[in-house]
Amino acid sequence: MLDRAATKDETTRRVRFRGAGFVPASSRFGGWIALGLVIAIWQAAGSAGLVNPLFLPAPSAIMRAIYQLAISGALWEHVSASLLRIGVGWLLGTVAGVAVGFAIGLSRLARSVGITFISALFPIPKIALLPLLILWLGIGEEPKIATIALGVFFSTAISVYSGVDAVPRNLIRMAQSFNVPFATIVRKVIWPGALPAILAGFRITASVALLLVVSAEMIGAQYGIGAFVLQAGNLMQTDQLLAGVVILSVFGLAVGKVIGWLETRLLHWR
Amino acid sequence: MDLIANHITHRFGDLAVLDDVSFTLSAGEVVAIVGPSGCGKSTLLSILGGLLQPTSGAPELRGAPPADSLNPLTFVFQDFALLPWATVEENVEFPLLHTQLSAAQRRAQVEDALRRTGLTDFRKTYPKQLSGGMRQRVGISRALAVKPAILLMDEPLSALDSQTRELLMEDFVRLLADGGMGAVYVTHNLEEAARLADRIVVLSRRPGRIREVVTVPMTRAARGEAAAREKLLALQNQIWSLIRNEAIDAEREVQHA
Repeated sequence: MLDRAATKDETTRRVRFRGAGFVPASSRFGGWIALGLVIAIWQAAGSAGLVNPLFLPAPSAIMRAIYQLAISGALWEHVSASLLRIGVGWLLGTVAGVAVGFAIGLSRLARSVGITFISALFPIPKIALLPLLILWLGIGEEPKIATIALGVFFSTAISVYSGVDAVPRNLIRMAQSFNVPFATIVRKVIWPGALPAILAGFRITASVALLLVVSAEMIGAQYGIGAFVLQAGNLMQTDQLLAGVVILSVFGLAVGKVIGWLETRLLHWR
Repeated sequence: MDLIANHITHRFGDLAVLDDVSFTLSAGEVVAIVGPSGCGKSTLLSILGGLLQPTSGAPELRGAPPADSLNPLTFVFQDFALLPWATVEENVEFPLLHTQLSAAQRRAQVEDALRRTGLTDFRKTYPKQLSGGMRQRVGISRALAVKPAILLMDEPLSALDSQTRELLMEDFVRLLADGGMGAVYVTHNLEEAARLADRIVVLSRRPGRIREVVTVPMTRAARGEAAAREKLLALQNQIWSLIRNEAIDAEREVQHA
Protein backbone atom coordinates (compact mmCIF):
# COMPACT_ATOMS: atom_id res chain seq x y z
CA MET A 1 0.00 0.00 0.00
CA LEU A 2 1.48 3.30 -1.00
CA ASP A 3 -1.25 5.75 -0.20
CA ARG A 4 -2.24 5.22 3.40
CA ALA A 5 -1.12 7.05 6.53
CA ALA A 6 0.34 5.14 9.46
CA THR A 7 -2.22 3.69 11.88
CA LYS A 8 -2.16 4.43 15.60
CA ASP A 9 -0.65 1.05 16.37
CA GLU A 10 2.35 1.44 14.10
CA THR A 11 5.58 2.92 15.47
CA THR A 12 6.89 5.63 13.21
CA ARG A 13 9.87 7.98 13.29
CA ARG A 14 9.83 11.40 11.77
CA VAL A 15 12.54 12.02 9.16
CA ARG A 16 15.01 14.43 10.73
CA PHE A 17 15.15 17.85 9.02
CA ARG A 18 18.70 18.39 7.73
CA GLY A 19 18.26 21.35 5.43
CA ALA A 20 18.75 24.23 7.88
CA GLY A 21 21.42 26.92 7.68
CA PHE A 22 23.70 28.23 4.93
CA VAL A 23 21.10 30.83 3.93
CA PRO A 24 22.16 33.88 5.96
CA ALA A 25 19.61 36.67 5.70
CA SER A 26 20.49 40.04 7.17
CA SER A 27 17.95 41.67 9.44
CA ARG A 28 16.95 45.17 8.40
CA PHE A 29 17.64 46.85 11.73
CA GLY A 30 20.06 44.37 13.30
CA GLY A 31 23.18 46.22 12.18
CA TRP A 32 21.91 49.62 13.34
CA ILE A 33 20.85 48.21 16.70
CA ALA A 34 24.32 46.66 17.18
CA LEU A 35 26.01 49.93 16.20
CA GLY A 36 23.75 51.87 18.58
CA LEU A 37 24.59 49.45 21.39
CA VAL A 38 28.34 49.81 20.85
CA ILE A 39 28.05 53.63 20.85
CA ALA A 40 25.87 53.55 23.99
CA ILE A 41 28.37 51.33 25.84
CA TRP A 42 31.22 53.55 24.66
CA GLN A 43 29.38 56.68 25.83
CA ALA A 44 28.51 55.10 29.18
CA ALA A 45 32.13 54.06 29.72
CA GLY A 46 33.30 57.59 28.89
CA SER A 47 30.70 59.29 31.13
CA ALA A 48 31.54 56.96 34.02
CA GLY A 49 35.22 57.91 33.72
CA LEU A 50 36.25 54.35 32.88
CA VAL A 51 38.16 55.49 29.79
CA ASN A 52 40.72 58.32 29.67
CA PRO A 53 39.25 60.89 27.20
CA LEU A 54 42.74 61.72 26.00
CA PHE A 55 43.01 58.24 24.50
CA LEU A 56 39.36 57.59 23.63
CA PRO A 57 36.95 60.52 23.90
CA ALA A 58 33.26 59.72 24.31
CA PRO A 59 30.98 59.84 21.24
CA SER A 60 29.33 63.01 22.61
CA ALA A 61 32.73 64.74 22.71
CA ILE A 62 33.40 63.69 19.10
CA MET A 63 30.00 65.01 18.01
CA ARG A 64 30.71 68.28 19.84
CA ALA A 65 34.05 68.55 18.02
CA ILE A 66 32.30 67.99 14.66
CA TYR A 67 29.70 70.65 15.56
CA GLN A 68 32.39 73.17 16.51
CA LEU A 69 34.30 72.43 13.32
CA ALA A 70 31.12 72.96 11.33
CA ILE A 71 30.20 76.31 12.89
CA SER A 72 33.76 77.61 12.64
CA GLY A 73 33.82 76.80 8.89
CA ALA A 74 36.92 74.65 9.26
CA LEU A 75 34.97 71.47 8.50
CA TRP A 76 33.92 72.68 5.06
CA GLU A 77 37.44 73.99 4.36
CA HIS A 78 38.98 70.56 5.00
CA VAL A 79 36.17 68.49 3.49
CA SER A 80 35.99 70.58 0.31
CA ALA A 81 39.76 70.34 -0.20
CA SER A 82 39.62 66.53 0.14
CA LEU A 83 36.50 66.24 -2.02
CA LEU A 84 38.08 68.25 -4.81
CA ARG A 85 41.21 66.06 -4.81
CA ILE A 86 39.19 62.84 -4.68
CA GLY A 87 36.70 64.01 -7.31
CA VAL A 88 39.25 65.14 -9.88
CA GLY A 89 41.69 62.28 -9.18
CA TRP A 90 38.97 59.62 -9.28
CA LEU A 91 37.47 61.02 -12.47
CA LEU A 92 40.82 61.19 -14.29
CA GLY A 93 41.82 57.70 -13.13
CA THR A 94 38.43 56.25 -13.99
CA VAL A 95 38.24 57.73 -17.49
CA ALA A 96 41.76 56.54 -18.31
CA GLY A 97 41.17 53.15 -16.62
CA VAL A 98 37.92 52.52 -18.51
CA ALA A 99 39.55 53.46 -21.85
CA VAL A 100 42.62 51.29 -21.25
CA GLY A 101 40.54 48.45 -19.77
CA PHE A 102 38.32 48.36 -22.85
CA ALA A 103 41.35 48.51 -25.15
CA ILE A 104 42.92 45.55 -23.31
CA GLY A 105 39.62 43.68 -23.38
CA LEU A 106 39.11 44.20 -27.10
CA SER A 107 42.50 44.44 -28.79
CA ARG A 108 45.19 41.80 -28.95
CA LEU A 109 48.00 44.40 -29.21
CA ALA A 110 46.67 46.45 -26.29
CA ARG A 111 46.30 43.27 -24.24
CA SER A 112 49.85 42.12 -24.88
CA VAL A 113 51.34 45.50 -24.00
CA GLY A 114 48.82 46.65 -21.38
CA ILE A 115 48.75 43.56 -19.17
CA THR A 116 52.55 43.52 -18.95
CA PHE A 117 52.66 47.14 -17.80
CA ILE A 118 49.74 46.79 -15.45
CA SER A 119 51.18 43.63 -13.87
CA ALA A 120 54.48 45.43 -13.30
CA LEU A 121 53.07 48.72 -11.99
CA PHE A 122 49.88 47.71 -10.16
CA PRO A 123 51.59 46.27 -7.06
CA ILE A 124 53.55 49.50 -6.39
CA PRO A 125 51.94 51.41 -3.47
CA LYS A 126 51.00 54.59 -5.28
CA ILE A 127 51.67 56.77 -2.27
CA ALA A 128 55.35 55.85 -2.69
CA LEU A 129 55.26 57.76 -5.96
CA LEU A 130 54.10 61.00 -4.32
CA PRO A 131 57.62 62.39 -3.72
CA LEU A 132 58.47 61.70 -7.36
CA LEU A 133 55.22 63.31 -8.50
CA ILE A 134 55.99 66.36 -6.33
CA LEU A 135 59.36 66.62 -8.11
CA TRP A 136 57.64 66.38 -11.48
CA LEU A 137 54.52 68.44 -10.85
CA GLY A 138 55.45 70.81 -8.02
CA ILE A 139 54.01 71.13 -4.51
CA GLY A 140 50.46 72.19 -5.42
CA GLU A 141 47.36 70.06 -5.87
CA GLU A 142 48.66 68.25 -8.95
CA PRO A 143 50.84 65.57 -7.29
CA LYS A 144 48.08 64.64 -4.82
CA ILE A 145 45.50 64.40 -7.59
CA ALA A 146 47.93 62.43 -9.78
CA THR A 147 48.58 59.96 -6.92
CA ILE A 148 44.85 59.34 -6.54
CA ALA A 149 44.37 59.11 -10.32
CA LEU A 150 47.16 56.53 -10.58
CA GLY A 151 45.72 54.42 -7.78
CA VAL A 152 42.26 54.54 -9.32
CA PHE A 153 43.52 53.95 -12.86
CA PHE A 154 45.09 50.54 -12.26
CA SER A 155 42.19 49.08 -10.28
CA THR A 156 39.70 50.44 -12.83
CA ALA A 157 41.63 49.10 -15.82
CA ILE A 158 41.82 45.65 -14.23
CA SER A 159 38.14 45.52 -13.31
CA VAL A 160 37.12 46.78 -16.77
CA TYR A 161 39.12 44.27 -18.77
CA SER A 162 38.06 41.48 -16.41
CA GLY A 163 34.47 42.60 -16.98
CA VAL A 164 34.93 42.64 -20.75
CA ASP A 165 36.47 39.15 -20.59
CA ALA A 166 33.49 37.95 -18.57
CA VAL A 167 30.91 39.01 -21.17
CA PRO A 168 29.48 35.71 -22.47
CA ARG A 169 31.03 34.97 -25.87
CA ASN A 170 27.74 33.53 -27.10
CA LEU A 171 26.20 37.01 -26.92
CA ILE A 172 29.00 38.46 -29.03
CA ARG A 173 28.68 35.61 -31.55
CA MET A 174 24.93 36.18 -31.63
CA ALA A 175 25.46 39.85 -32.46
CA GLN A 176 28.03 38.97 -35.12
CA SER A 177 25.60 36.46 -36.64
CA PHE A 178 23.24 39.40 -37.25
CA ASN A 179 26.07 41.47 -38.82
CA VAL A 180 25.89 43.98 -35.98
CA PRO A 181 28.80 46.44 -36.40
CA PHE A 182 31.73 46.41 -33.96
CA ALA A 183 30.84 49.74 -32.33
CA THR A 184 27.26 48.61 -31.70
CA ILE A 185 28.47 45.33 -30.22
CA VAL A 186 30.72 47.29 -27.85
CA ARG A 187 27.92 49.69 -26.93
CA LYS A 188 24.99 47.30 -26.72
CA VAL A 189 26.57 44.00 -25.68
CA ILE A 190 30.00 44.44 -24.14
CA TRP A 191 29.39 47.64 -22.16
CA PRO A 192 26.22 46.43 -20.38
CA GLY A 193 27.74 42.96 -19.98
CA ALA A 194 30.84 44.38 -18.32
CA LEU A 195 28.95 46.92 -16.22
CA PRO A 196 28.53 44.72 -13.11
CA ALA A 197 32.31 44.26 -12.91
CA ILE A 198 32.91 47.94 -13.65
CA LEU A 199 30.58 49.07 -10.85
CA ALA A 200 32.15 46.54 -8.48
CA GLY A 201 35.48 48.12 -9.47
CA PHE A 202 34.08 51.57 -8.60
CA ARG A 203 33.50 50.39 -5.04
CA ILE A 204 37.15 49.43 -4.78
CA THR A 205 38.47 52.57 -6.46
CA ALA A 206 36.37 54.80 -4.20
CA SER A 207 38.11 53.21 -1.20
CA VAL A 208 41.48 53.51 -2.92
CA ALA A 209 40.84 57.20 -3.59
CA LEU A 210 39.87 57.82 0.03
CA LEU A 211 42.95 56.00 1.30
CA LEU A 212 45.26 57.88 -1.04
CA VAL A 213 43.79 61.32 -0.38
CA VAL A 214 44.28 60.89 3.37
CA SER A 215 47.81 59.55 2.90
CA ALA A 216 48.76 62.31 0.45
CA GLU A 217 47.29 65.02 2.69
CA MET A 218 49.18 63.66 5.67
CA ILE A 219 52.42 63.90 3.72
CA GLY A 220 52.05 67.33 2.21
CA ALA A 221 48.92 69.45 2.63
CA GLN A 222 47.67 72.30 4.75
CA TYR A 223 43.98 71.57 4.23
CA GLY A 224 42.09 68.33 3.85
CA ILE A 225 40.77 65.66 6.20
CA GLY A 226 44.12 63.83 6.19
CA ALA A 227 46.03 66.99 7.15
CA PHE A 228 43.43 67.81 9.79
CA VAL A 229 43.64 64.34 11.37
CA LEU A 230 47.45 64.53 11.43
CA GLN A 231 47.47 68.01 13.02
CA ALA A 232 44.93 66.92 15.63
CA GLY A 233 47.05 63.88 16.45
CA ASN A 234 50.19 65.99 16.80
CA LEU A 235 48.35 68.29 19.24
CA MET A 236 46.83 65.34 21.16
CA GLN A 237 43.34 66.63 20.27
CA THR A 238 41.86 63.15 20.08
CA ASP A 239 38.25 64.37 19.91
CA GLN A 240 39.17 66.38 16.78
CA LEU A 241 41.18 63.44 15.43
CA LEU A 242 38.23 61.09 15.81
CA ALA A 243 35.91 63.74 14.37
CA GLY A 244 38.06 63.53 11.21
CA VAL A 245 37.84 59.74 11.27
CA VAL A 246 34.04 59.87 11.61
CA ILE A 247 33.83 62.27 8.67
CA LEU A 248 35.93 59.85 6.60
CA SER A 249 33.64 57.00 7.61
CA VAL A 250 30.55 58.99 6.65
CA PHE A 251 32.17 59.85 3.36
CA GLY A 252 32.92 56.17 2.67
CA LEU A 253 29.34 55.24 3.54
CA ALA A 254 27.97 57.96 1.26
CA VAL A 255 30.07 56.76 -1.67
CA GLY A 256 28.92 53.19 -1.02
CA LYS A 257 25.30 54.36 -1.06
CA VAL A 258 25.78 56.22 -4.34
CA ILE A 259 27.32 53.15 -5.98
CA GLY A 260 24.57 50.97 -4.52
CA TRP A 261 22.00 53.35 -6.03
CA LEU A 262 23.80 53.19 -9.38
CA GLU A 263 23.78 49.38 -9.25
CA THR A 264 20.05 49.34 -8.50
CA ARG A 265 19.38 51.70 -11.39
CA LEU A 266 21.71 50.21 -13.98
CA LEU A 267 21.70 46.52 -13.05
CA HIS A 268 18.00 46.07 -12.33
CA TRP A 269 17.90 43.26 -14.85
CA ARG A 270 20.03 40.94 -12.69
CA MET B 1 18.58 30.98 -52.21
CA ASP B 2 20.54 27.72 -51.80
CA LEU B 3 23.19 27.08 -49.17
CA ILE B 4 26.03 24.82 -50.21
CA ALA B 5 28.52 23.06 -47.96
CA ASN B 6 31.41 22.75 -50.36
CA HIS B 7 33.99 20.14 -49.25
CA ILE B 8 34.19 21.52 -45.72
CA THR B 9 37.03 20.19 -43.60
CA HIS B 10 37.89 21.54 -40.19
CA ARG B 11 40.53 20.90 -37.54
CA PHE B 12 40.96 22.35 -34.06
CA GLY B 13 44.74 22.11 -33.79
CA ASP B 14 45.57 18.42 -34.12
CA LEU B 15 41.96 17.38 -33.72
CA ALA B 16 40.21 16.63 -37.00
CA VAL B 17 36.54 17.58 -36.55
CA LEU B 18 35.02 17.57 -40.04
CA ASP B 19 36.23 15.82 -43.14
CA ASP B 20 35.10 16.84 -46.59
CA VAL B 21 31.43 17.52 -45.87
CA SER B 22 29.39 18.54 -48.88
CA PHE B 23 25.67 18.96 -49.35
CA THR B 24 23.23 21.50 -50.73
CA LEU B 25 20.23 23.00 -48.98
CA SER B 26 17.73 24.14 -51.61
CA ALA B 27 15.48 27.15 -51.08
CA GLY B 28 12.73 26.39 -48.58
CA GLU B 29 14.17 22.97 -47.73
CA VAL B 30 14.78 21.74 -44.18
CA VAL B 31 17.87 19.59 -43.67
CA ALA B 32 18.57 18.00 -40.30
CA ILE B 33 22.11 17.08 -39.32
CA VAL B 34 22.44 14.18 -36.92
CA GLY B 35 25.35 12.12 -35.70
CA PRO B 36 27.11 10.86 -32.59
CA SER B 37 28.25 13.28 -29.88
CA GLY B 38 31.30 15.27 -30.91
CA CYS B 39 30.95 14.53 -34.61
CA GLY B 40 31.12 18.23 -35.50
CA LYS B 41 27.43 19.03 -36.05
CA SER B 42 27.56 22.39 -34.28
CA THR B 43 30.96 23.18 -35.78
CA LEU B 44 29.51 22.56 -39.23
CA LEU B 45 26.60 24.90 -38.48
CA SER B 46 28.97 27.64 -37.27
CA ILE B 47 30.95 27.27 -40.49
CA LEU B 48 27.80 27.36 -42.64
CA GLY B 49 26.68 30.55 -40.87
CA GLY B 50 30.05 32.28 -41.23
CA LEU B 51 30.94 32.26 -37.54
CA LEU B 52 33.88 29.91 -37.98
CA GLN B 53 36.51 29.79 -40.71
CA PRO B 54 36.88 26.22 -42.02
CA THR B 55 40.34 24.72 -42.45
CA SER B 56 39.46 23.98 -46.06
CA GLY B 57 36.38 24.12 -48.23
CA ALA B 58 33.76 26.83 -47.87
CA PRO B 59 30.09 27.52 -47.32
CA GLU B 60 28.58 29.10 -50.42
CA LEU B 61 25.31 30.73 -51.39
CA ARG B 62 23.57 30.34 -54.73
CA GLY B 63 20.88 32.69 -55.89
CA ALA B 64 19.64 35.94 -54.42
CA PRO B 65 18.05 36.11 -50.98
CA PRO B 66 14.49 37.45 -50.69
CA ALA B 67 14.48 41.21 -51.26
CA ASP B 68 13.19 42.00 -47.78
CA SER B 69 15.59 39.70 -45.94
CA LEU B 70 17.85 41.65 -43.57
CA ASN B 71 19.96 38.65 -42.58
CA PRO B 72 19.55 35.71 -44.96
CA LEU B 73 21.44 33.23 -42.74
CA THR B 74 20.08 33.55 -39.21
CA PHE B 75 20.94 31.47 -36.17
CA VAL B 76 18.66 30.13 -33.46
CA PHE B 77 20.94 29.21 -30.59
CA GLN B 78 20.79 26.29 -28.20
CA ASP B 79 21.33 28.59 -25.18
CA PHE B 80 19.00 31.27 -26.62
CA ALA B 81 21.75 33.97 -26.50
CA LEU B 82 19.39 36.66 -25.21
CA LEU B 83 20.65 39.96 -23.81
CA PRO B 84 19.70 39.67 -20.12
CA TRP B 85 19.57 43.46 -19.68
CA ALA B 86 17.09 43.92 -22.52
CA THR B 87 13.36 43.25 -22.51
CA VAL B 88 11.77 40.77 -24.90
CA GLU B 89 10.92 43.61 -27.26
CA GLU B 90 14.44 45.07 -27.11
CA ASN B 91 15.97 41.65 -27.73
CA VAL B 92 13.83 41.16 -30.82
CA GLU B 93 14.63 44.67 -32.04
CA PHE B 94 18.38 44.30 -31.39
CA PRO B 95 19.35 42.90 -34.83
CA LEU B 96 17.33 45.65 -36.52
CA LEU B 97 19.01 48.59 -34.79
CA HIS B 98 21.88 48.89 -37.26
CA THR B 99 19.73 48.41 -40.37
CA GLN B 100 18.32 51.11 -42.62
CA LEU B 101 14.80 50.57 -41.26
CA SER B 102 13.01 53.57 -39.79
CA ALA B 103 11.82 53.40 -36.19
CA ALA B 104 8.25 52.79 -37.42
CA GLN B 105 9.36 49.98 -39.72
CA ARG B 106 11.38 48.42 -36.92
CA ARG B 107 8.40 48.57 -34.61
CA ALA B 108 6.22 46.91 -37.24
CA GLN B 109 8.71 44.06 -37.79
CA VAL B 110 9.15 43.52 -34.07
CA GLU B 111 5.38 43.53 -33.62
CA ASP B 112 4.94 40.97 -36.39
CA ALA B 113 7.69 38.69 -35.00
CA LEU B 114 6.25 38.90 -31.48
CA ARG B 115 2.80 38.08 -32.77
CA ARG B 116 4.00 35.07 -34.75
CA THR B 117 5.64 33.61 -31.67
CA GLY B 118 2.88 34.47 -29.21
CA LEU B 119 5.01 36.93 -27.26
CA THR B 120 2.98 40.09 -27.69
CA ASP B 121 1.91 40.12 -24.04
CA PHE B 122 5.49 39.58 -22.84
CA ARG B 123 7.15 42.46 -24.68
CA LYS B 124 8.23 44.28 -21.51
CA THR B 125 9.42 41.16 -19.70
CA TYR B 126 13.10 40.43 -19.03
CA PRO B 127 14.58 37.05 -20.03
CA LYS B 128 15.20 35.99 -16.43
CA GLN B 129 11.45 36.23 -15.83
CA LEU B 130 10.68 33.75 -18.61
CA SER B 131 10.69 29.97 -18.73
CA GLY B 132 13.18 28.18 -20.99
CA GLY B 133 10.56 27.63 -23.66
CA MET B 134 9.54 31.27 -23.69
CA ARG B 135 13.17 32.34 -23.88
CA GLN B 136 13.65 30.19 -26.94
CA ARG B 137 10.52 31.75 -28.40
CA VAL B 138 12.25 35.12 -27.98
CA GLY B 139 15.25 33.67 -29.83
CA ILE B 140 12.96 32.52 -32.64
CA SER B 141 11.13 35.82 -32.67
CA ARG B 142 14.44 37.69 -32.98
CA ALA B 143 15.37 35.43 -35.88
CA LEU B 144 12.03 36.02 -37.62
CA ALA B 145 12.35 39.79 -37.21
CA VAL B 146 15.16 39.91 -39.78
CA LYS B 147 13.13 37.85 -42.28
CA PRO B 148 15.72 35.12 -42.85
CA ALA B 149 15.95 32.95 -45.93
CA ILE B 150 17.54 30.12 -43.98
CA LEU B 151 17.39 29.41 -40.26
CA LEU B 152 20.48 27.79 -38.76
CA MET B 153 19.20 26.01 -35.68
CA ASP B 154 21.72 24.56 -33.26
CA GLU B 155 19.90 22.04 -31.08
CA PRO B 156 17.27 24.68 -30.29
CA LEU B 157 15.19 22.36 -28.11
CA SER B 158 17.89 20.46 -26.25
CA ALA B 159 17.88 22.75 -23.19
CA LEU B 160 14.12 22.37 -22.73
CA ASP B 161 11.86 19.88 -21.00
CA SER B 162 9.92 17.41 -23.12
CA GLN B 163 6.56 19.17 -22.98
CA THR B 164 8.08 22.49 -23.99
CA ARG B 165 10.02 20.72 -26.75
CA GLU B 166 6.78 19.34 -28.12
CA LEU B 167 5.12 22.75 -28.10
CA LEU B 168 8.05 24.45 -29.79
CA MET B 169 8.34 21.68 -32.35
CA GLU B 170 4.74 22.43 -33.32
CA ASP B 171 5.79 26.08 -33.72
CA PHE B 172 8.71 25.10 -35.96
CA VAL B 173 6.49 22.92 -38.12
CA ARG B 174 4.05 25.81 -38.49
CA LEU B 175 6.73 28.43 -39.22
CA LEU B 176 8.42 26.28 -41.85
CA ALA B 177 5.19 24.95 -43.36
CA ASP B 178 4.85 27.36 -46.27
CA GLY B 179 8.37 26.76 -47.64
CA GLY B 180 9.21 30.46 -47.39
CA MET B 181 12.17 29.71 -45.16
CA GLY B 182 14.68 26.90 -45.28
CA ALA B 183 16.52 25.54 -42.28
CA VAL B 184 19.53 23.56 -41.24
CA TYR B 185 18.52 21.83 -38.04
CA VAL B 186 21.30 20.34 -35.93
CA THR B 187 20.03 17.84 -33.40
CA HIS B 188 20.88 14.64 -31.60
CA ASN B 189 17.17 13.88 -31.33
CA LEU B 190 16.15 11.61 -34.21
CA GLU B 191 12.44 12.17 -33.58
CA GLU B 192 12.86 15.91 -34.07
CA ALA B 193 14.87 15.29 -37.24
CA ALA B 194 12.26 12.94 -38.67
CA ARG B 195 9.43 15.29 -37.75
CA LEU B 196 10.85 18.45 -39.27
CA ALA B 197 13.37 17.66 -42.01
CA ASP B 198 12.96 16.99 -45.69
CA ARG B 199 16.36 15.29 -45.68
CA ILE B 200 18.53 14.05 -42.85
CA VAL B 201 22.30 14.23 -43.18
CA VAL B 202 23.86 11.52 -41.01
CA LEU B 203 27.41 12.29 -39.94
CA SER B 204 29.94 9.71 -38.84
CA ARG B 205 31.93 9.84 -35.63
CA ARG B 206 34.76 12.39 -35.45
CA PRO B 207 36.04 13.48 -37.85
CA GLY B 208 32.51 13.95 -39.13
CA ARG B 209 31.96 12.69 -42.65
CA ILE B 210 28.63 12.31 -44.40
CA ARG B 211 27.60 8.70 -43.89
CA GLU B 212 24.27 8.90 -45.52
CA VAL B 213 21.64 11.38 -46.60
CA VAL B 214 18.16 10.05 -45.83
CA THR B 215 15.13 11.55 -47.54
CA VAL B 216 11.99 11.64 -45.39
CA PRO B 217 9.38 10.07 -47.70
CA MET B 218 6.40 12.26 -46.83
CA THR B 219 5.45 15.89 -46.58
CA ARG B 220 5.74 17.66 -43.25
CA ALA B 221 1.99 18.18 -43.21
CA ALA B 222 1.40 14.43 -43.51
CA ARG B 223 3.67 13.63 -40.59
CA GLY B 224 1.13 14.77 -38.03
CA GLU B 225 -1.29 12.03 -39.12
CA ALA B 226 -1.56 8.81 -37.13
CA ALA B 227 -0.76 6.66 -40.18
CA ALA B 228 2.60 8.37 -40.57
CA ARG B 229 3.83 7.50 -37.08
CA GLU B 230 4.96 3.98 -37.92
CA LYS B 231 6.82 5.14 -41.00
CA LEU B 232 8.58 7.87 -39.04
CA LEU B 233 9.47 5.41 -36.30
CA ALA B 234 10.93 3.05 -38.89
CA LEU B 235 12.92 5.93 -40.31
CA GLN B 236 14.26 6.82 -36.86
CA ASN B 237 15.25 3.20 -36.31
CA GLN B 238 17.00 3.16 -39.66
CA ILE B 239 19.03 6.24 -38.76
CA TRP B 240 19.70 4.97 -35.24
CA SER B 241 21.08 1.73 -36.68
CA LEU B 242 23.47 3.85 -38.73
CA ILE B 243 24.87 5.72 -35.77
CA ARG B 244 24.31 3.43 -32.78
CA ASN B 245 27.70 1.75 -32.67
CA GLU B 246 29.52 5.01 -33.28
CA ALA B 247 27.41 6.74 -30.63
CA ILE B 248 28.52 4.09 -28.11
CA ASP B 249 32.16 4.55 -29.14
CA ALA B 250 31.79 8.34 -28.94
CA GLU B 251 30.27 8.14 -25.48
CA ARG B 252 33.13 5.95 -24.25
CA GLU B 253 35.62 8.33 -25.79
CA VAL B 254 34.05 11.27 -23.97
CA GLN B 255 34.11 9.33 -20.69
CA HIS B 256 37.80 8.57 -21.12
CA ALA B 257 38.69 12.10 -22.08
